[in-house]
Amino acid sequence: MEIVSFGKDETTVDRREAMKERKDKVGARQKSPGQPDVGRPEEPVMEVEDLNMYYGSFKALADVDMKVRRNRVTALIGPSGCGKSTFIRSLNRMHEVVRGARAEGRVTLDGEDIYASDVDPVQVRRRVGMVFQKPNPFPTMTVYDNVVAGLKLGRRRKKSELDEIVERTLKQAALWSEVKDKLKESGMSLSGGQQQRLCIARTLAMEPEVILMDEPASALDPVSTQKIEDAIDELKQQYTVVIVTHNMQQASRASDYTGFFFIEDTGKPGQLWEFGETEKMFSNPERQETEDYVTGRFG
Amino acid sequence: MSSLTSSSGHYRRRKLVDRLMTGLSYASVLVAIVPLAALLIYVIIRGAGAWSPEFFTGLPQLFGGGGGVANGIVGTLILVGMASVMSIPFGVMAGIYLAEYGDNALGGFIRFVADTMTGIPSIVAGVFIYGLLVLNMGGYNALAGAVSLTILMVPVITRSTEGVIRLVPGSIREAALALGVPRWKTTLRVVVPAAVSGIVTGVLLSIARVAGETAPLLFTAFSSNYFNFQPFQGAMPSLPVLIYNAARSPTEAVREVGWGAAFLLVVMILALNLTARLVFRGRVPGG
Repeated sequence: MEIVSFGKDETTVDRREAMKERKDKVGARQKSPGQPDVGRPEEPVMEVEDLNMYYGSFKALADVDMKVRRNRVTALIGPSGCGKSTFIRSLNRMHEVVRGARAEGRVTLDGEDIYASDVDPVQVRRRVGMVFQKPNPFPTMTVYDNVVAGLKLGRRRKKSELDEIVERTLKQAALWSEVKDKLKESGMSLSGGQQQRLCIARTLAMEPEVILMDEPASALDPVSTQKIEDAIDELKQQYTVVIVTHNMQQASRASDYTGFFFIEDTGKPGQLWEFGETEKMFSNPERQETEDYVTGRFG
Repeated sequence: MSSLTSSSGHYRRRKLVDRLMTGLSYASVLVAIVPLAALLIYVIIRGAGAWSPEFFTGLPQLFGGGGGVANGIVGTLILVGMASVMSIPFGVMAGIYLAEYGDNALGGFIRFVADTMTGIPSIVAGVFIYGLLVLNMGGYNALAGAVSLTILMVPVITRSTEGVIRLVPGSIREAALALGVPRWKTTLRVVVPAAVSGIVTGVLLSIARVAGETAPLLFTAFSSNYFNFQPFQGAMPSLPVLIYNAARSPTEAVREVGWGAAFLLVVMILALNLTARLVFRGRVPGG
């Protein structure tokens, strides 16, 4: 257990309190599993103010302000290397896993600053889940165990409760019909697209408020991509989704709001160039670069 | 006009050099294998003849012939068992630390120490423990022997564990962390299970490595021609040291038993190595 004290991203202070608080929240939510959180749709659930991000001495992202609205899909687009992935990681403090990365500024979740010194990143990540570019199911676990991995590694739960969660989240991720007969097989035995939907189900099982997706379909074929998009559309009913994508059609089809990240010149930090309702961003953007990008003139 | 069948001598020379180098490689492999194969064959020929029911059940006889190495088999199991109990937890945990949390000055220092310890001559470990434990415990004993083997095992296990844990893809760690799993739990419940076959392989290889060690035992566990079941008291016989003793005997029949013991040791180590390979083939981290 010595190892524990070396984990630098684990603030054990106030842990118990945070757990208790979380428990109350979970308890309250379990009465209606999968139902939206307190707070009305369209209200900002996360607010980013004056965010600057660095890798060592290199400034990767400058002065980002953004509101992520509840029960809406926010798409982040822009050319490669302009800081989209860096930004999305700042929303659940996953950037801290990258060596040398740090963020300055203010990011709030339900009005609470997630960078405050007494906030446990572990708690932040339970409420703001993440799906990665490359499907990454746990290789040693079955399909079933993959879905409930986050729960099982937390507090103990009843088998019947887990069964119910597995079925519900796999349905939400549009994967249930394909895997219901192979729940006991290894997660690695599924196809790439299925693995990615498994990863989505795994994130849903934690019942987060916000789900971050970092190019979730970029490693997949068009059919699998379509299924992921269907899943996102479904998720919007109950969750808030932020998605990084290189696919313009995907952004315009699937999202309500779009943020365009842009980098003026190599070596300069990326910026949130323009942000607005998806419809406007794709039909009548304010800035020339946005129009050039969404119409495919560059990038 | 160029043609596919180049008439220049350039192509022919390239082909010749290729053949020459390939031949040289094969020859080198042969040179490396011949002594090993010769050794194995010789041990089998001389040793297999010594195997009999009495060989596995009897005690070493100083004069005359026959006898066996039952006490050595038991002693080696005790020594290696004790050494494993001490070295596996430390080695594996140190390896986990180095791989998951060791990208700092302390990690670099531990890595340097482990690498240095890997290179320590085994007899030095024996002499060190002689001074530390044998003199202070009032004589040769199994614990001292096991500790000297532990000194040899820990760095090997540490570095091999670190190596296989580093093979686990970072994306798996990220997946767990993003689910709100604390880092220590990610390490213990997600990363280590993904690397477990590799860890076991490293452990088995380190056991195989020390099971045949003679030098450190000469100063610590020493040897005995009788059984010794006490882990903290009295000289503890072991196969390697019994072989060493038998080899110096003037009596042909005693040397014969020594050959049998040598063969037995080779078989045990070979079995460990094979098991290690089978375990590792079962699962590759990350899949």
